[in-house]
Amino acid sequence: MLRLEKRPQPSRLWTFATPPLAVLITMIAGGALFAALGKDPAEAIATIFWQPLFGEFSFYYRPQLLIKAAPLILIAIGLSLGFRAGIWNIGAEGQYIMGALAGAGVALALYPLESRIVFPLMVLAGALGGWAWAMIPAMLKLRFGTNEILVSLMLVYVAEQLLAAMALGPMRNPDGRGFPGSRNLRQYESAHNGELIPGTGMHWGVAAALIAVILAYVLLSRHSLGFHIRLAGQAPRAARFAGVRPGRLVVFCLGTAGALAGLAGMFEVAGPAGQVSIDFNVGYGFTAIIVAFLGRLHPVGIALAGLLMALTYIGGEMAQSTMGLPAAAIQLFQGMLLFFLLAVDLLTNFRLRVRLREAA
Amino acid sequence: MTLTRLFTTAALALGLASTAMAQDKTKVGFIYVGPIGDGGWTYEHDKGRLAVEAEFGDAVETVYQESVPEGADAERAITQMALQGADLIFTTSFGFMEPTLAVAEKFPNVKFEHATGYKTAPNVSTYSARFYEGRAVQGHIAGKMTKSNIIGYIASYPIPEVIRGINSAYIHAKKANPDVEFKIIWAYTWFDPAKEADAAQALIEQGADVILQHTDSTAPQAAAEKAGNVVTFGQASDMAEYAPFPRVSSIIDDWAPYYIARTRAVIDGTWETTETWDGIGPGMVAIGEITDAVPADVKAEALAMKDAMARGEYHPFTGPLNKQDGSVWLTEGEVADDGTLLGMDFYVEGLTGQIPN
Repeated sequence: MLRLEKRPQPSRLWTFATPPLAVLITMIAGGALFAALGKDPAEAIATIFWQPLFGEFSFYYRPQLLIKAAPLILIAIGLSLGFRAGIWNIGAEGQYIMGALAGAGVALALYPLESRIVFPLMVLAGALGGWAWAMIPAMLKLRFGTNEILVSLMLVYVAEQLLAAMALGPMRNPDGRGFPGSRNLRQYESAHNGELIPGTGMHWGVAAALIAVILAYVLLSRHSLGFHIRLAGQAPRAARFAGVRPGRLVVFCLGTAGALAGLAGMFEVAGPAGQVSIDFNVGYGFTAIIVAFLGRLHPVGIALAGLLMALTYIGGEMAQSTMGLPAAAIQLFQGMLLFFLLAVDLLTNFRLRVRLREAA
Repeated sequence: MTLTRLFTTAALALGLASTAMAQDKTKVGFIYVGPIGDGGWTYEHDKGRLAVEAEFGDAVETVYQESVPEGADAERAITQMALQGADLIFTTSFGFMEPTLAVAEKFPNVKFEHATGYKTAPNVSTYSARFYEGRAVQGHIAGKMTKSNIIGYIASYPIPEVIRGINSAYIHAKKANPDVEFKIIWAYTWFDPAKEADAAQALIEQGADVILQHTDSTAPQAAAEKAGNVVTFGQASDMAEYAPFPRVSSIIDDWAPYYIARTRAVIDGTWETTETWDGIGPGMVAIGEITDAVPADVKAEALAMKDAMARGEYHPFTGPLNKQDGSVWLTEGEVADDGTLLGMDFYVEGLTGQIPN
């Protein structure tokens, strides 16, 4: 007989061991899935996890990993602060869009001015755009006690509509023959978020993600605000006695998450994506939620989780085009990762006991 | 070493490798915007890919990647194919235009073909079909079939291609039935069965008994089937599983001859940058079987129009035609030029509502 027994405290060992374990189980279950599809499971797993890092064309894929992981990490760091305090911002995707629109808006307004001031202004606008969008659920929560989960999520769809309107209207490329989409910012020197060191994939967004990881680490481990955040999440009543003002925490956590998501959007639109288009957002804001939890809401964990997630994306694409695996199988594979993580999470708080049948 | 140089080296190495292997295998890649099982747009492109395989057998190897998002991810997907030694890559959605050009610049030895775009390069061609010819036939049947005189139209994005389709269908529906009215819903997606079903439902509730779609899934067909008395047309693919009713006909994109011709050009070394825009005549656009749900005289008229377009005797945009604001666009007997059609950003007279922008 198997029995679950609650641990007095969450196990430290399992806190660290469950993410790699989840990855391992995902590989096994995913392998079985690929085998059922008639593909060699070992080859598929190797293509996903090994090829992008050490394969023939890793010189191209390693930089791509950074490019793909940077927005995930940047957004997830912001989200993790709120998640720790029990503030659930599900609308990072919308904040990401608004940051991109604000940043691109500045660039397009200044076009074709070539100046060193353009890019810093875009960064500022991007952060502000995301921040302002996150302030809507924050203010509504404070004033009217609305649920930030619903409000922030709904605002994603509003932001998507705004994005479409911008790509078709005010931000449309006047030289684009009536087709939707803005000018290509990669062809506008002052606004282009290019590689800082050629061939590395390092753009300003990657640098910002690194800085965010370090600052979040310092904040959570060294600063009283970080202590308040953790306290509010773990023991809301105690937090009140300790003088934590919940309202300020809501504003801080949502605001920071919004600003970071906005920055991610701005770096993306000025670099890898290049233009404001109707389908500019591809779900980084939602995937970042998985990344935040996969990384245990810990800054370093999030950095690793972001890279792992990026690896499954890029490796998954390779498996699709080289082995002919369907896209749905790859998405299923990524979904399994979160599923198994949540499942084995049980081991952190519970102990498995094998018991022989006892007399009643 | 800079990335560009790395690329050049890689491309060169691959170039050498592929010349060495050229006698036995040419690699052709396809980048799809939807899943190959969408039953519409991507499904037809994939049929084109299979036709290439069938035509050349062992001389050609094809690879594809489906559901590629338009934007930064597309650039990586295309680069990946080029790195893996593709000699010819078809990118099959408008949103792949900028990524295709960006990758093409790094791989001068690889040939690229971008569908429905307008930018070319020494190694990038464009190709598209004159879907509006099919829309004319469809509009005629729709105008004759509607009893409520309300025709619903599920549009995707307000780009010239889609606007052309609306105009062409409207002009010919109006000719067949002067009382006809168009209700248009912009879905802002090429493929989203849930959204498309919602749009179809909303149109049916507004009294539409014919639904035309410029989106790729069969969801509107299913919605019409459920409603019972609503006519639909297959889009991009035949969607014959909904025949003979609600689907009474379809516009089929037949990419196979083009894909085979371009692959052969690469094998023979005669590939050149071209801008192809073919219609019913060369067979890039086909009209799916018109079912018996359509009265015989209407069917005969529709087929006659199709044949006239195939022979080049009839152009769907022939004057007199006015723009929505009442200003003259084409005078009596005047035919629209391709430039205007390619950049079409206005409705013709009689259509209500505005093109979103």
